Amino acid sequence: MSKLRVVHYINQFYGGIGGEEHAGHKPECREGVVGPGMAINAAFGEAAEIVGTVICGDSYFNENVEEATKAIIAMVTNLQPDVFVAGPAFNAGRYGMACAAVAKAVQAELGITVATAMYEENPGVDSFRRDVYILKTGDSAAAMRTAAPALAAFTVKLAKGEAVTPEADGYFPRGIRKNKFVEDTGAKRAVDMLLQKINSEPFSTEYAMPTFDNVAPSAPVADISKATIALVTSGGIVPKNNPDRIESSSASKYGAYSITGVNDLTEATYETAHGGYDPVCANIDSDRVLPVDVLRDLEAEGKIGKLFETFYSTVGNGTSVANSKGFAADFTQQLLSAGVDAVILTST
Amino acid sequence: MVKEIERAGIPVVHVCTVVPISLTVGANRIVPAVAIPYPLGDPNMEAADEKKLRRKLVEKSLAALQTPVSEQTVFEK
Repeated sequence: MSKLRVVHYINQFYGGIGGEEHAGHKPECREGVVGPGMAINAAFGEAAEIVGTVICGDSYFNENVEEATKAIIAMVTNLQPDVFVAGPAFNAGRYGMACAAVAKAVQAELGITVATAMYEENPGVDSFRRDVYILKTGDSAAAMRTAAPALAAFTVKLAKGEAVTPEADGYFPRGIRKNKFVEDTGAKRAVDMLLQKINSEPFSTEYAMPTFDNVAPSAPVADISKATIALVTSGGIVPKNNPDRIESSSASKYGAYSITGVNDLTEATYETAHGGYDPVCANIDSDRVLPVDVLRDLEAEGKIGKLFETFYSTVGNGTSVANSKGFAADFTQQLLSAGVDAVILTST
Repeated sequence: MVKEIERAGIPVVHVCTVVPISLTVGANRIVPAVAIPYPLGDPNMEAADEKKLRRKLVEKSLAALQTPVSEQTVFEK
């Protein structure tokens, strides 16, 4: 059997083009392997071969999804692959969104096997796990050594049409139900399970219920001209020199900062602590992330009642869901006791 | 963070560039922003025009906060 032709998708960082300052890089196509493609290709052995690599900047993709997808599909089509692989993206949010979105598009347009890999808290997982196979990985590139061969083996298995399950193969469940024949009737299986439960024995459900954690929308603000509005951001805006030392990624804390008497965030007084996006624009004028200047104008014009005197800020980059929930649960108590009517939350 | 604020009953509008992430996270009022490194600005514009752009986005956010919604809603450009 001849080797499967594989096209690999990576971002500007893994493509060796550069870091955040090059996140706006438009899609390009190179022959053969680039970066992590080497480890994946080595693991393919005789089964498959990466014939081309598509590289695209993470910001470019997420800010121009339609255009970028179109360009990438054209490049992939041109290489006539049997299989498409993206990532692994670990906990890089924009990269994970791009990997999964591109994989979904390739699957739909070319009808070929696609696979990608990332960490469970990557937003790409919840957005796309029903659409494409996403293999589980660790949260950083330190896991590349195990992720690359796992992705290679999983991809070959999929391409050969072999049966896979989330439990055995380590991908995120896609919510697909398959019929199969078993010895016992449903009634007997249900009673067995109930007895196991009563006896505190381990058992596993045959149909896990999805856990939804949607929060119902709050009632709108009745009179915005009398309302106190608070600003919150995951864009990492902090007073100059980051007094609380909020981490540039995987933040363990948030900051609460007074803006009493502050009408404008300037280069001399504020900056961003956020890693993972190019900080130049935010450092020159932090109002671009946290619009204090405009809200002060609106306050002076009587369009809003009041801008709340404290803003809350953390870094969204790779920060765990549990930490973010904790931060917000904490400062929301302060918002409530201060009688804040509404919040504008900005994200980068 | 959006959900925890909303859970407490405070209406919140999420201003962000990557709308699909906001939808996945569970924001109910979403206003699409300009770009990832400068959601409420544009360094390619003259300062005065840039501030006008920012004001428009903030006004749209305030409008979103005054709009009753029953499900996740993206307030388009």
